[in-house]
Amino acid sequence: MSGAALELIGLRHTFFPGTPSEQRALEGVDLTVEPGSFVVVVGINGSGKSTMLNAIAGTVVLDEGVVRIAGQDVTHWPEHRRAGMIGRVFQNPFSGTAPHLTVAENLAIALQRGRSRAIFRWGLSSARRSHLAAQLANLGLGLEHRLPTPTGALSGGQRQALTLLMATILRPGLLLLDEHTAALDPRSAEQVLRLTEETVARDRLTTLMVTHSMHQAVRIGDRLLLFHRGRILDDFSGARKRRLRVEDLLDRFDQIRNADMLDESAAEMLRRAYV
Amino acid sequence: MNLLVGALSVGLLLSLLTLGVFLTYRVLNRLDLTTDGSFGLGAAVAAALLAHGVHPVTATILATVSGWLAGAATGVVHTAFGVDTLLGGILVSTALYSVQLYVMQGGDVSLASADTLPGLAERIWTAAGGPPEVDLFGTSVSASNLAALVLFVVFVLGSMFLMERFLRTDLGIAVRATGDNPQMARALGVDVGFMVTLGLVMANGLIALSGALFAQYQGFANVQMGLGIVVVGLACLIVGEALLGRSGPARQIGGVLVGTVVFRLLVAGALRAGLDANALKLVTAVFVLLALVVPRALARVFRSPPRPPVTV
Repeated sequence: MSGAALELIGLRHTFFPGTPSEQRALEGVDLTVEPGSFVVVVGINGSGKSTMLNAIAGTVVLDEGVVRIAGQDVTHWPEHRRAGMIGRVFQNPFSGTAPHLTVAENLAIALQRGRSRAIFRWGLSSARRSHLAAQLANLGLGLEHRLPTPTGALSGGQRQALTLLMATILRPGLLLLDEHTAALDPRSAEQVLRLTEETVARDRLTTLMVTHSMHQAVRIGDRLLLFHRGRILDDFSGARKRRLRVEDLLDRFDQIRNADMLDESAAEMLRRAYV
Repeated sequence: MNLLVGALSVGLLLSLLTLGVFLTYRVLNRLDLTTDGSFGLGAAVAAALLAHGVHPVTATILATVSGWLAGAATGVVHTAFGVDTLLGGILVSTALYSVQLYVMQGGDVSLASADTLPGLAERIWTAAGGPPEVDLFGTSVSASNLAALVLFVVFVLGSMFLMERFLRTDLGIAVRATGDNPQMARALGVDVGFMVTLGLVMANGLIALSGALFAQYQGFANVQMGLGIVVVGLACLIVGEALLGRSGPARQIGGVLVGTVVFRLLVAGALRAGLDANALKLVTAVFVLLALVVPRALARVFRSPPRPPVTV
């Protein structure tokens, strides 16, 4: 048994196989993530980075491959069972909370992540309430005064901060962040990102963060993966990751784009010549 | 005056139906058509047992259990075979029509000579020294009607109290989250299929109990009793929400009771004012349709006009 927090072996997945909209999302992804590592994942749309995150969480059932979390093979576990090991924040601020339930009730659900939900335990005992208020106060958004407010009344930034707290209130073995600041205004995005860094550093969480922001990608994390066409094209870590600048990444994307165009024009040339 | 007591009694026992519809339609956010079948099944099971001389308490409990099984059937069709709950409910309630015919060995059962819960309540009332007639709002009400009314009040308040408590436990909050945002629920480890099934079981138990009490109150069960009853439940739910709002489970459950009683009083009033009883289901269905459509249409009409684009 290895000491890795996450192991992915030969992940392959095709959406809509055998139809005109067939899309090969993952074409052999292998990855080992050490405990406490903060991995940033970038790549153009459709490169497979979100599909990888969903395959880890269990929302995508893989064609091939093995997913191990903390040494445990979870490939055939349903999503809700894997949730005991995983905390997640989604891109859409509406996805992570139940709008008609109060802030306190949403957090009460998070307190039972991966545990049994008993009929004989009050969701919101006064002890729980004060625990939750203390946790909310750490966010510094004043949400500790809004425990009885339905989450539907919160702003997008407040919801993402709340979802982040819900994902991490029980220390998860793995934190998956799928472009969780992309739908927010710049100020809220900055705030949620700061909370993310603080939480990850404080609890030494093993984290995978998908982002479209090159600035985030170079500034944050200790490892960077560049996805392209369902594969991991580049893997920067240690000093290479620290030295990485936004321009380097943009240059790399230009190279990829040129190579792709070369492929396409070469194919076009061959077609003209021989077909 | 007995008309008012009658409408009140029917309103009370049907509020258990509305409570079940509330649990599926509002809490789980799914329209469950098992409702029609389980209401009739509850009535059929209770009536058949009572006609065979089974004790009213036992018969009523078994009728409730039959509703649990009906809900579990829809839940299993949904979770095990991936059929959506709407179609699953239609399949189960269609099948239950035959089951009711078997249970009652025919299309209807009379309870004229059988012992029933209201009959039992009346005997307890008399044994406890209750007067044979009581002056209520200026008219006299017979002991049997009053005993039935008290009985239903106990059943309804008890069920509503337990439901309100349940929705605030860890399990109840997980059921509510399942209806409100299943993606979030799954991500936090909630077994959504189990929660949907649990909700269906609880709801159809209440609905079957409502059917069982209804059969005992009116003195017979008929295989047609449950047809379209889900629409009645929806109508009552909507009236309750219009009167008490939708903020929080306690208020919504209060609305279930108030809405059902008010709706039954409206129906009794309309019938007395000369509404053709044959038109009742038509009127109810149109009412539900309007209640669903009109607020949306009004919102469209009164929405503020779009602002002109900002020029820089």
